[in-house]
Amino acid sequence: MRLELKPAPTSAALVLYPAGAIAVTLLVISLLVLTAGASPLNVLYLVAKGAAGSQFAIVETLTRATPLVFTGLAVAVAFRAKLWNIGAEAQLYMGAVATVVLGTGALPLPAPVLIPLLMIAAMAAGALLLLGPALLKTRLGVDEVVTTLLLNFIVLLFVSMLLEGVLKDPMGMGWPQSRKVIEAAQLPRIITGKRLHYGFVIALAAAVLVWVVMKKTVLGYEMRAVGHNPNAARFLGIPVNAVLARTALLSGGLAGLAGFSEVAGLKGNLTLDLSPGYGYSGIVVAMLAMLDPLGVVLAAIFVAGVFVGADAMSRAAGVPSYIADVMVATALLTMVAAMLLARYRVRWR
Amino acid sequence: MSAALDILLTASFWVAAIRIASPLIFATIGELISERAGVLNLGIEGIMTAGAFAGWFTVYSGGDLWTGVLVAALTGMAFGLLHSFLTVPLGLSQHVVGIGVTLLATSLTYFTYRLALPEVSSPPKIEPFAPLPIPGLSRIPVLGEALFSQTPLTYLAFVLVALVAWVLYRTPLGLAIRAAGENPAAVEAQGISVTALRMGAVVAGGALMGMGGAFLTLSAFNSFFFEMINGRGWICIALVVFGSWRPGKALLGAILFAAFDAYQVRLQQLSGGAVPYQVFLMLPYVLSIAALVLMARRAAYPRALMVPYRKGER
Repeated sequence: MRLELKPAPTSAALVLYPAGAIAVTLLVISLLVLTAGASPLNVLYLVAKGAAGSQFAIVETLTRATPLVFTGLAVAVAFRAKLWNIGAEAQLYMGAVATVVLGTGALPLPAPVLIPLLMIAAMAAGALLLLGPALLKTRLGVDEVVTTLLLNFIVLLFVSMLLEGVLKDPMGMGWPQSRKVIEAAQLPRIITGKRLHYGFVIALAAAVLVWVVMKKTVLGYEMRAVGHNPNAARFLGIPVNAVLARTALLSGGLAGLAGFSEVAGLKGNLTLDLSPGYGYSGIVVAMLAMLDPLGVVLAAIFVAGVFVGADAMSRAAGVPSYIADVMVATALLTMVAAMLLARYRVRWR
Repeated sequence: MSAALDILLTASFWVAAIRIASPLIFATIGELISERAGVLNLGIEGIMTAGAFAGWFTVYSGGDLWTGVLVAALTGMAFGLLHSFLTVPLGLSQHVVGIGVTLLATSLTYFTYRLALPEVSSPPKIEPFAPLPIPGLSRIPVLGEALFSQTPLTYLAFVLVALVAWVLYRTPLGLAIRAAGENPAAVEAQGISVTALRMGAVVAGGALMGMGGAFLTLSAFNSFFFEMINGRGWICIALVVFGSWRPGKALLGAILFAAFDAYQVRLQQLSGGAVPYQVFLMLPYVLSIAALVLMARRAAYPRALMVPYRKGER
């Protein structure tokens, strides 16, 4: 078989192929649900109900979507410039460390000053962590995929070390957890008594800002040019290495904000299970959004809904909640294939 | 200080190093075949997870150990086929597909585990491969003991390295595979299908990755637990670069790496808690990055690595 580029994808193809991807994903999930001895329709209904069937469900989905918007944006920005940042997980944790170091009483400032300071610190921590691999890539040609992946493990061990050492909560009854951040460092809740916090609003603002950067600024143009063809970009006089370094700072900073938002908005302190893989899910979110910053918001809500819904479904129907991870991974693979097939024609001879 | 050096002279240390190296050898050689043909397989971490579970579950369900190894290899091949279908004929991004395959293989494994063994708190055990000392050779002090008192799976790993090296450098098939990773258009001009070569290489590599995972559950340990691969797949990708895409060098790299890993565990015991244990656990990952940096200037990537090949397109 061979692929031929279609002159221009029709709008029908751009709808039909993604719809086909969703159909294949649902088919795979249904087969797994049948093996688990449950009814696929019932399970899908329970997932949808658990994700969006009540005010509680919707609030929970948006809460879970918040860190995914940040990590999804981090990945979207980096992948756009073909900087393969697979280390959003580590950058998230570094952002959380910065938040906890400065937010537990080291800076006794009022909230309007402290919160922006903590955001900047979290962004700086995440950004610096990605700058290393980016410089190794541009200076020495070290593949950033492997370095960012390995840093995920290194940083998690580093956080574990801090939580059993200098950052350990003396009142934590021996648990590896940090102290709670002071009240001025906490993001308020959007609805009193519900878990959804202003981190979600910050995430939406970040998505709009990133959209503006990508579409309306020189940096955004340069990032897209570098991602499209680094040699052509260099020929045009774009400082490719500098653009990649700036991309790394932006991407790492966004992932660092995810850590800030989870600590300051939701958990209050740092633990080793702060992120159940938000950094990796961010890759799925970014790809489902086709690297579009505003699409990231929708994709994050979708992925969060699948996870929240599957948790509720698992309790009711007894199908392991890992079905959510299978669904998200399958959706990623089928969607990238569908987007390719929408643009290419398959010739079997 | 001399206690720290004495460790290096004990046979038990090198026995442990070779044992730790074994799963890395399988998976590194698997990744190497794939990359030599021009395909980066980031599915490695997930494929090792799936292989570890598939092998263990086969034995747990009553199969014998070698059947377990076979099932692990077949599982790896299935995911290799998925990866290669998406990256070779469709030419999708090898980064994105690889991460997707890792996420899919890992989540399918965990799903199946929970489905097959609901409410299990401590993972059930199996009877793993027992060490099989080679008569005579295993009596040679240190070196012989280290190399020849291992389990049959370790011997298989060494045999496979030799086999892969022989195929890659001494057969027309090997030449074609290497050419597919350097200059695919030249291969196609010879009337050989680049698609078939690359897909075959990724599938064969997947089998080795699956076996590497199975080594952990069937030989190194005796049960399957979550997150047991713990970044070993990513380390193997670094080892391929460190080994300059050559089976022999990759083998030495894996053993060197494993020796460091075995050494840090023993240093940790010697240090008596003066240094946080996490520092020692970080060392393998730090070492992998250091190896990449060290080799960066000399790394001769296969020229068509990560470049999709489309017939008639330039």
